[in-house]
Parts: sequence; C-alpha cells; structure tokens
Amino acid sequence: MNAVKSCHPIRRPRLLRSTLLLSCLALLAAFALAGCQRSGDLPLRLTNLSGHMPNLSFSLTDDQGKAVTASDYLGKVVLLYFGYTHCPDVCPLTLAHLHVVMQRLGPLADGARILFVSVDPARDTPPILHSYVTAFDPRAVGLTGSPRALERLTKDYRAAFSREPDQANGDYEVSHSAGVYIFDAQGRARVLASPAASQDDIVHDLHLLISQEAKP
Amino acid sequence: MTPNRTRGVASIVRARVWTLATACLLAALLPCTAVQATAAQQVQASRAWIRVLPGVLPAGAYVTLRNDGGQAAQLTGAKSSSYAQVMLHQSSMSGGMSRMRGVESLAIPAHGQVVLAPAGYHLMLMHAVAPVVPGTRVRLTLEFSDGSTLPVDFLARPANALGPDSP
Repeated sequence: MNAVKSCHPIRRPRLLRSTLLLSCLALLAAFALAGCQRSGDLPLRLTNLSGHMPNLSFSLTDDQGKAVTASDYLGKVVLLYFGYTHCPDVCPLTLAHLHVVMQRLGPLADGARILFVSVDPARDTPPILHSYVTAFDPRAVGLTGSPRALERLTKDYRAAFSREPDQANGDYEVSHSAGVYIFDAQGRARVLASPAASQDDIVHDLHLLISQEAKP
Repeated sequence: MTPNRTRGVASIVRARVWTLATACLLAALLPCTAVQATAAQQVQASRAWIRVLPGVLPAGAYVTLRNDGGQAAQLTGAKSSSYAQVMLHQSSMSGGMSRMRGVESLAIPAHGQVVLAPAGYHLMLMHAVAPVVPGTRVRLTLEFSDGSTLPVDFLARPANALGPDSP
C-alpha cells in the first residue's frame, strides 16, 4: 500500500516524480518475479503455499496400525486433510469431492495420496479410520497418533482443532480447519484448497504437480 | 291476538333468528378451518437422501422442503425407528474452521423452499438400530412446530456420493 501511495506525490518536481515512478515499477517487477519464483514456475490455480509452510513432516500411525513418517509418502503428491470420523457432514463432503477429483485424474491418481489426519484420536482407532477412509477412495490413508504429535502437525500448518463441550449422551463434536493442504512429491507444501475451491482447480493443480514428478 | 300468543310468535322468531345466525357463523368459520392446513400438509419433500458412513458412525440426511402454503412452516426435527437419535444441525465455516451446531427450528418460508444440503443444514442421524445398506430407503418422520409430522423416505447412498442421484 505504501509503495502505491508514494507513486502519486503531490506537487513534486517532474524529475523526482519520474524517478519515483521508475522505482515503483522496479519494486513491482521485483515482487512479481519473487512471486513467480515462489510458485515454482507452475501456473497453479489454488492458494499458493510455496515457501510459506514447512515441508511435510510427521510421525504417526496409519489405518493399518503401522508407524509411519512423512518420508513414507515421498514420491507421491499428498493431499493432507484434518478431520474426524464422527463428523457426519463436512468431512465426508470433502472426502467425497476428493474422490471425484481422484477419479477425474484417471491413472495419474496413483501418483497421489489423500492423508486424512484424525483430530479425534480418542475415538478414531486405526480400524475405524480404515473402514472410514476406504469408504471414500482406495488412495486415501487414515492417520492418527498421540495428541502431541497431532498438535504439532496442525501447528506446522497453522491448522487448528478444538473439542466442543460434551452433549448429555457423551457425544461431542470437533471444530477443525477445513482446507486441504497439497504437497508435491518431494514433500514441499505447494497449494491450499479452501472449502470453496472448485473441483476443476484441484484437478488442474494436481495434474501439474503429478505430471511434473513423472518427468525425468 | 292475545298478548300471550304475540309473545309466543316473537320467541319463535327470535329462536329462528338465533339458529340462522349460528348457522351463518359456522358457515363463515368452516372455510377458515379448511384453509388453516398443518405445516405437514403444506410441505412437500424431494431429493431426500442419507450419506451412509461405515460402522456405527453418525450419518447426515439431506432433503429439499417446499412450502406451498401461505404461512411459514417451522421444521423442529425428526425421528426414525431406524436411528436412536436424530438432530437438526447446521455446519458453518468461519475463519477457515468448520463447526457444527444444533438448531432449534428451521423456517420454510411461505411459497418458498429450504434445501438441507452438505455443509449447511442437515439432520444428523445417530446410533443406527441396524446397519443401513446403501440403495435401500429409510423412513424419517419430519416434525414441525405445530405438532404435525411428515413421513419421508430417504434414499441411503454410499459414503462418497455427492447427492441422491450422483454416480
């Protein structure tokens, strides 16, 4: 904002004015270039995360009960989503959308994995997570872990979750961040698909990220 | 005419007038009671479906409700012999966080409609009495604030369905 304001000084000598204009343009060009470099030259459509978020890193348990880390998914484009299985509305909607996205990718979908990270480890055991994620897509993996490990992962991506007060029957809801974080095959955070993101844009960006990996 | 006889005729006339007046009043009231339909009589349900989740997980039920009447209808909830508990809920998004809250009632405006759809208003179905199989129909009885009820058959759909008729 400041740079734009200084472009229009009031009653300044013409030379000074053109110098200011030039420096403004140079600044804008520099910002534009920096932006291009951050997006890694790919014309991605979703919210760009490149350079703003740490690489994928975690140590959790998968839906087969096996200890896994982020390095187990290197070589795959990762769609990271935080949710919980007792969520009857928004989580299934997101996963159903991601399933359609994977179907639209065709054979390329094998280059991607949906990681559904539970923010409700008290109820989401690996077997429950397994039946849940496989009901949506064969390329979806359920992850759970210690509350500490889960908190660290959500903090890394500035995602949040909080358990709402229990109801009379002991049931409870969990509020949680609703975006899907997409990492390239090297585990670098690339884009964020907000809940409002279109399926077309998600397919578009995944296509680019997976194809990029497939190139020698 | 004797005074007695005059009184007798007068009372008969008076009685007839009262009968006529009462009949007129009833006739005037009758159409009113006929127009005053219950919410359940005014509301038409369509595109009713349930997203079935594995195991004992709660499910979301969705439906489009059209109100053909001249008065708003208030949906307060539903019950079903297939689920121990049904709750009217609303999902909402604020600051990138997804939340769900219970809703006391949902108004279906006169000559209007509301859509219960994913990421918005929905009925949360908890503790299925028996496993619900996709492809079958489950009856939910919608409840309105005037005490009237509307039975609706919901189509059970798989977890990854996006609507009542999506692939």
